[in-house]
Amino acid sequence: MALIRRAGRSLSMLKRSSLFHGKQKKQRQQPIVSPSLPNLTPHLPSSLIRLQINTTYSAIPRGISSCSFRSSYIPNRLLTSEAQPKLPDEGIDDTQFLDFPGVKNTAFTCDLKFVSEKSEEVPCYRVLSELGEPVDGAKLPQMADALALRIYENMITLQVMDYLFYEAQRQGRFSFYMTCSGEEAAIVASAAALSNEDVIFAQYREQGALMWRGFDLQEFAHQCYSNSADYGKGRQMPIHYGSKKHNFVTISSPIATQLSHAVGAAYSLKMDRKDACAVTYFGDGATSEGDFHAAMNFAAVMEAPVLFICRNNGWAISTPITDQYRSDGVATKSRAYGMRSICVDGNDALAVYSAVKSARSMAISESRPILIEVLTYRVSHHSTSDDSTKYRSGEELSHWKVMRDPVVRFRRWLEGNGWWNRQKDTELQSHSRKKIIAAMMNAESMKKPPLSDLFTDVYDSIPTNLKEQESYVREAVAKNPNLYPSDVPL
Amino acid sequence: MESTALLQKVTAGMAFRGTPASLLSSSSASSHVARIKLGSRSVIRAVSRLSGLTVKATHLNAYGFGTMPHNSTALKTVNKAVAVKTETGSTATAQQGHELLLFEALREGLEEEMERDPTVCVIGEDVGHYGGSYKVTKGMAEKFGDLRLLDTPIAENSFTGMAIGAAMTGLRPIVEGMNMGFLLLAFNQIANNCGMLHYTSGGQFTIPIVIRGPGGVGKQLGAEHSQRLESYFQSVPGLQMVACSTPYNAKGLMKAAIRSENPVILFEHVLLYNLKERIPDEEYVLCLEEAELVRPGQDITILTYSRMRHHVLQAVKTLVSKGYDPEVIDIRSLKPFDLFAIGNSVKKTHKVLIVEECMRTGGIGASLRAAIMENFFDELDAPIGCLSSQDVPTPYAGPLEDLTVVQPPQIVFAVEQLCKH
Repeated sequence: MALIRRAGRSLSMLKRSSLFHGKQKKQRQQPIVSPSLPNLTPHLPSSLIRLQINTTYSAIPRGISSCSFRSSYIPNRLLTSEAQPKLPDEGIDDTQFLDFPGVKNTAFTCDLKFVSEKSEEVPCYRVLSELGEPVDGAKLPQMADALALRIYENMITLQVMDYLFYEAQRQGRFSFYMTCSGEEAAIVASAAALSNEDVIFAQYREQGALMWRGFDLQEFAHQCYSNSADYGKGRQMPIHYGSKKHNFVTISSPIATQLSHAVGAAYSLKMDRKDACAVTYFGDGATSEGDFHAAMNFAAVMEAPVLFICRNNGWAISTPITDQYRSDGVATKSRAYGMRSICVDGNDALAVYSAVKSARSMAISESRPILIEVLTYRVSHHSTSDDSTKYRSGEELSHWKVMRDPVVRFRRWLEGNGWWNRQKDTELQSHSRKKIIAAMMNAESMKKPPLSDLFTDVYDSIPTNLKEQESYVREAVAKNPNLYPSDVPL
Repeated sequence: MESTALLQKVTAGMAFRGTPASLLSSSSASSHVARIKLGSRSVIRAVSRLSGLTVKATHLNAYGFGTMPHNSTALKTVNKAVAVKTETGSTATAQQGHELLLFEALREGLEEEMERDPTVCVIGEDVGHYGGSYKVTKGMAEKFGDLRLLDTPIAENSFTGMAIGAAMTGLRPIVEGMNMGFLLLAFNQIANNCGMLHYTSGGQFTIPIVIRGPGGVGKQLGAEHSQRLESYFQSVPGLQMVACSTPYNAKGLMKAAIRSENPVILFEHVLLYNLKERIPDEEYVLCLEEAELVRPGQDITILTYSRMRHHVLQAVKTLVSKGYDPEVIDIRSLKPFDLFAIGNSVKKTHKVLIVEECMRTGGIGASLRAAIMENFFDELDAPIGCLSSQDVPTPYAGPLEDLTVVQPPQIVFAVEQLCKH
């Protein structure tokens, strides 16, 4: 008899232990005696903990070996200090809650199912149609005519500058250039949505953003000609602009290195509690670099206010998207890092402006990073060292160049509002052309950087070994003046 | 003689800035001192007569400044460019200063700089609550907060890049590599951006970062954790490299590196973290470009740095008993070399032995040999000797690992060979 009673008791014990997943029994109200117990499962939401108390599961996950019934039961009773709401008896899953440290919100399943490689569709945000008319149901961003015209003028000047500088390279005036044809709206409109305090870390095709900040045509020309007026003192290739006063960090050639820099700058801005964010531009090819993944991860973990603006233009020199990554677009990648993202039609200046403005305020106020994928098309060759007709069809190129010009699209919207007309357009084009040519002539006539600039700025002050090396070079120049160009100052 | 005033002026709590050039050129004080023959007993006697103290013959630094023993009564200066070796025991019954281990000295330097300047921050893996893998940042996260002692995910290239970006926008980050070898992953950022952006931006953007971490051959850590990165980084223009070897110079170099506007790589050694020494209570900052005269001598110049300094000093004990008088210089500054101090020593002894832990090919010793040969060829009586590790990955097995590192008996033998010239 005692045996049966003992067995019966053990059965009831078993029922109440964590080994037996039976139906919930509402726990009887216990007197309020609750010493402070450590929260052993802080990673679980409190609702789950409450659930666990009500189900009389042990608060401490235990294995089969630790089957001390009394010690697992008593803490549960003490944790409950008030009546819990009665849970419905039906509809509750038998599934035990998951408490591995590696994941936050998920549950067990007994279905052997793999997560698909195809991600949820990310819609592409746009507000203007290809003809520059507001799309049905679109809420256009607030944009005064002054701002809209400034954006447009910038885009036109950018186009003219790109064209003329490209020609200058072909004429041998400087060695290298990269145009941004087809991406003007993506770059200028996004820059327009930022404040001048936001620090920009660009890749190499974002001269439009620098132009928006106020970088003069003359300053552009000086850098490309690498003369003594160049802020970089003639040390970087053309198009590797940098200007501290415009908060535009000097461009560095290796792809995606600037992404980590941007995260660091955002960390710095966050520490200083500034009302500004870090912004970094990069292309679709850069998303393959290790720096991209780590920077995205870092930004999310550190909750850094940084905007990752990806100009997805379909090509990385000759590598098309299909050879670059297998995800469907770039915006979908952010989910893996726990980051918000948006996909925008990059040829719609209004949409780009609206998205970036909204993302910026979110990034700063909530101190979080945002990935903005700006879909566009690279009408230009990769650079002056590239001939893209070798790897893409002429039809594709001319389609995007003629039919999908973002500047024309925006102009149509301006004309629709009555803010612009053809005559103003031709005037602007010829005016820009004159200014740029004058700037180029002026830059060409300026002296190259002096020899002394070869050794300065390696460190904050010139160390002895570099002074030695400089004197060695000067000796060589003095001995063979005919080998050294006469118009370069010493 | 104006030596006393000179000593006071030059050494009283001054943060040494600038390059050897600045110390060489204009200041008449230093040029006066430079003419004092190094290590000459007459100088030591003169100085000691002046200050009424007994100065131990072993302590005279590269620029000829006398070192006061700890209980100096005449001058309360902190001019110890020379560290006190713990093996030989303290020179005087020093009760000034406080004793601590090397990693604690690093932490002290770090804390002082972080208190002094709110833009200083530490970025690395496990530097926050965990206190760092070698406990250099222990207790600092509680004091300065999580944001200034930033724990990062495991991506060395990216957190180094992050530090570079933060430095360009006003912070002064210190990047801690858990092991120097992992910083090979950060090579792209260091070589392409860190050393370069100040130059390519035309001086617009400065990168005042410090990259530090333990390197060198440890106790059976395996090949990947026994890297000597000074070989690989010495070529990158725009970087400064220093190596600490004692608690005294660890703290001083850490502070100097943080205050420097240039990117500095501070090389620590895994096996030296528990080295104990008494260091001054007063604040002091060492010069990044200066070498340290550890022991003046006449017969041969032994140039070394980091852990090998201690191996050399062990060998010196044997050498002294055999009647040799080697001069030991801890070069400390790996890029640029302190050729002023080294040159003065070479001109005195005419023989050089370099003892390093780098590989034979392309190591610090290789560059140093070339620099000495180029500049002081006429002063040399013998070819420059160089003891370094072999060009092999560091094996795990204890006896094999010991064979890859230069040991004191080898140093003794090499000195004996060179002194035959």
